[in-house]
Amino acid sequence: MSNPIIQPENLVYDKSAVLTDNVMHYCPGCSHGTVHRIVAEVIEEMGLQDQTIGVAPVGCAVFIYNYINVDFAESAHGRAPAIATAIKRLNPDKLVFTYQGDGDLAAIGTAETIHACNRGENIAIIFINNGIYGMTGGQMAPTTLLGMKSSTCPTGREPHLNGYPLKITDMLALTEGTCYVTRQSVHTPSSVKKTKRAIRKAFDNSLQGKGTSVVEVVSTCNSGWKMTPVEANRWMEENMFPFYPLGDLKDR
Amino acid sequence: MAKIKGAIVVDTARCKGCDICVTSCPFDVLRMSREVNEKGYTYSYMLNPDNCTGCASCGLVCPDGCIKVYKLKV
Ligand SMILES: Cc1ncc(C[n+]2csc(CCOP(=O)(O)OP(=O)(O)O)c2C)c(N)n1
Ligand code: SF4
Ligand code: SF4
Ligand code: SF4
Repeated sequence: MSNPIIQPENLVYDKSAVLTDNVMHYCPGCSHGTVHRIVAEVIEEMGLQDQTIGVAPVGCAVFIYNYINVDFAESAHGRAPAIATAIKRLNPDKLVFTYQGDGDLAAIGTAETIHACNRGENIAIIFINNGIYGMTGGQMAPTTLLGMKSSTCPTGREPHLNGYPLKITDMLALTEGTCYVTRQSVHTPSSVKKTKRAIRKAFDNSLQGKGTSVVEVVSTCNSGWKMTPVEANRWMEENMFPFYPLGDLKDR
Repeated sequence: MAKIKGAIVVDTARCKGCDICVTSCPFDVLRMSREVNEKGYTYSYMLNPDNCTGCASCGLVCPDGCIKVYKLKV
């Protein structure tokens, strides 16, 4: 290398070794990749690669176990919090987390999610809210904004026909069993740092047995939204954040 | 006064050309290539390497973990 700065002793940032070298199957610019990357960083920083069990969803993140090199179980669609309940109860010393999309967590898995949170299971739930069913072709999700287009509401979501978008994270904050509920994003360097701190806190809570932690990451699905990755980030700031405001909903 | 110099290395085979690092760099260092990698994606490179401070903004936002960041006080 001709550039003298590029020397091992000057390295200040690199992906975590807990993130495998497999190229992720996600579309260019997909928020799933960024969240995978920082989950791996947090696990490495905590030194818990051998002490972590993740539960994978159905949705675009179905292959998360190929990318984050810890033990994983694959759950049926929406059932990750139920699987995680059993895993954590049988292995109380392990760090146990689920990783779920909004279709998985807020539609087919509503019951499992709410009841795991209400029971206060000592798990961390990472919730990727991109307002759409990404994997299956961009159908409307419970989280789809009013007026937002999807393949099943091509002219935009209408409340008379399609009902209202669901702020499920606000509902989860109301359950007695949750100790930490927060809504974050990963579209800028500072938001990535904040989400990393939030995931760290959620993981610490799982280990300390404080109850259920929920980290919602307001995300983009640029393919489903039919935008470039950079446009999708901007659209998210302008349209998703007013309805899904960032910040802690609960911390105790 | 000590000056801080930075540099990045992009894993061009892993990069998907999403452009997010380019728009997140505060010092206008990065651009997308005209060439494509094996998968057909353009990739990020340092157009203005002298501007790089090693701030790691690009590495923090990259969805695919493609960027190594180096920093040196000179
Ligand atoms: C029991 C069952 N019902 C339906 C499906 C089809 N299906 C696969 S992924 C998915 C939705 C995924 O959306 P989301 O959870 O938001 O994740 P994303 O792909 O957006 O990350 C659906 C409905 C399935 N696999 N299993
Ligand atoms: S379809 Fe959407 S959620 Fe799925 S990988 Fe592509 S951008 Fe990401
Ligand atoms: S390290 Fe900072 S200055 Fe250098 S290319 Fe990345 S974002 Fe730009
Ligand atoms: S953010 Fe990463 S994947 Fe996207 S263009 Fe930059 S280096 Fe490539």
